[in-house]
Amino acid sequence: MFSQKLVQQSARRLAVQQPLAIQSMVRASPAAATLGLQKSVDKKALNRAVTSTAAEENSILAKQRMNRPVSPHLAIYRPQIGWVASGLNRVTGVALSGTLYLWATAYLASPALGWHVESASMVAAMGALPFAAKVLLKTIMALPFTFHSFNGLRHLMWDMGRGLSNNVIIKSGWTVVGVSVASALALAFV
Amino acid sequence: MASLRTTSRLFAASRPLFRPASFARTYATVDSNVSETPKMKTFKIYRWNPDTPTEKPTMQSYELDLNKTGPMMLDALIRIKNELDPTLTFRRSCREGICGSCAMNIDGVNTLACLCRIPTETTKESRIYPLPHTYVVKDLVPDLTLFYKQYKSIKPYLQRDTPTADGLENRQSPEDRRKLDGLYECILCACCSTSCPSYWWNQEEYLGPAILLQSYRWLVDSRDEKTAERKAALDNSMSVYRCHTILNCTRTCPKGLNPGRAIAETKKMLAA
Repeated sequence: MFSQKLVQQSARRLAVQQPLAIQSMVRASPAAATLGLQKSVDKKALNRAVTSTAAEENSILAKQRMNRPVSPHLAIYRPQIGWVASGLNRVTGVALSGTLYLWATAYLASPALGWHVESASMVAAMGALPFAAKVLLKTIMALPFTFHSFNGLRHLMWDMGRGLSNNVIIKSGWTVVGVSVASALALAFV
Repeated sequence: MASLRTTSRLFAASRPLFRPASFARTYATVDSNVSETPKMKTFKIYRWNPDTPTEKPTMQSYELDLNKTGPMMLDALIRIKNELDPTLTFRRSCREGICGSCAMNIDGVNTLACLCRIPTETTKESRIYPLPHTYVVKDLVPDLTLFYKQYKSIKPYLQRDTPTADGLENRQSPEDRRKLDGLYECILCACCSTSCPSYWWNQEEYLGPAILLQSYRWLVDSRDEKTAERKAALDNSMSVYRCHTILNCTRTCPKGLNPGRAIAETKKMLAA
């Protein structure tokens, strides 16, 4: 602060005592060049200065817009129960309906192809597995189903316009996770 | 020493013209005289320059001493721009959460830099990105042209043909006025819209939470007479129904508003 004041003071002093010296200093500065204070301004160069029309400016803007990157989104957004649960709801829904379609198509085609996907043979195949594999397979099958079902109830609640405060969104989200994991494990050990 | 004689005279003449340096305007800082060990924190900031469009966007690191920086993210950004790198570009204006200019993605969540405290934990770096899935003009500045066009498309103004009985203002009951609470406070910072995955994938047609909250603000206004027309304009598969109640909007709103509820109520109005 003090040194700044000292420089200002001496500059003011110089301005009073030798005004011509200050004028020459100001003229020589780069700021003066842009303000046009310099005596030796090249007038011809100024006349040659490019002026652009609105259409030209728009085309420059359009060209710049073509190059603009899209800012990062899914990869950088903080994982939160709200959108992660919503994404999983979509994924489990696709997986469940996809499995149903695949199995139903296979069931339809099985007599022609000689496959055995009817209930009796599937029960027999499941029964032949060791206990750990049974539990694991059943959990994998049950978890998407329970999660999708309970989260679906949450969505129905929201469609009725209830439970839309931040607090309830977070709590109901974790409740759905807990309930669906617990019920999936219960189904797996049945 | 002869020159010193003029000092007092000069001072008398120049005082009104020159402000003492101690009054110089500056950004918020913490008193730097406190002798503490420096609390260095790393800020990683998204950089992209339109003058070199072939270069890919990068994350640039800056280190600041938190003892010498104000409490908010905006203080840190301004300090980086003033002291470390004047080329860093971002929008800011009011520094108190009423203009919505400094909306950006800080540590993975959309918020206003001026309302976001710098986490005091110095071991973890802070990452700052522009609003997600927007076209970047430069660094942290997103192109919000589409967002404003969508706002215009919902006709955000009072529409009525009949004058009031006494020719005075369009009045409403305190109950009707209360319906606008939690809606009129929206500053259109675009934090909610750019946090919405549905808006990320469908922003050409889906209006997004911010605009739908504004739309609902005019749907419930008892003084507006074009409710039927407003509803008809929304009644298609894209404008409202791309909302899948992900509710990132409600979670992220820096003003504590609830765009998710406004959209749910709009859907109920359309179904009724």
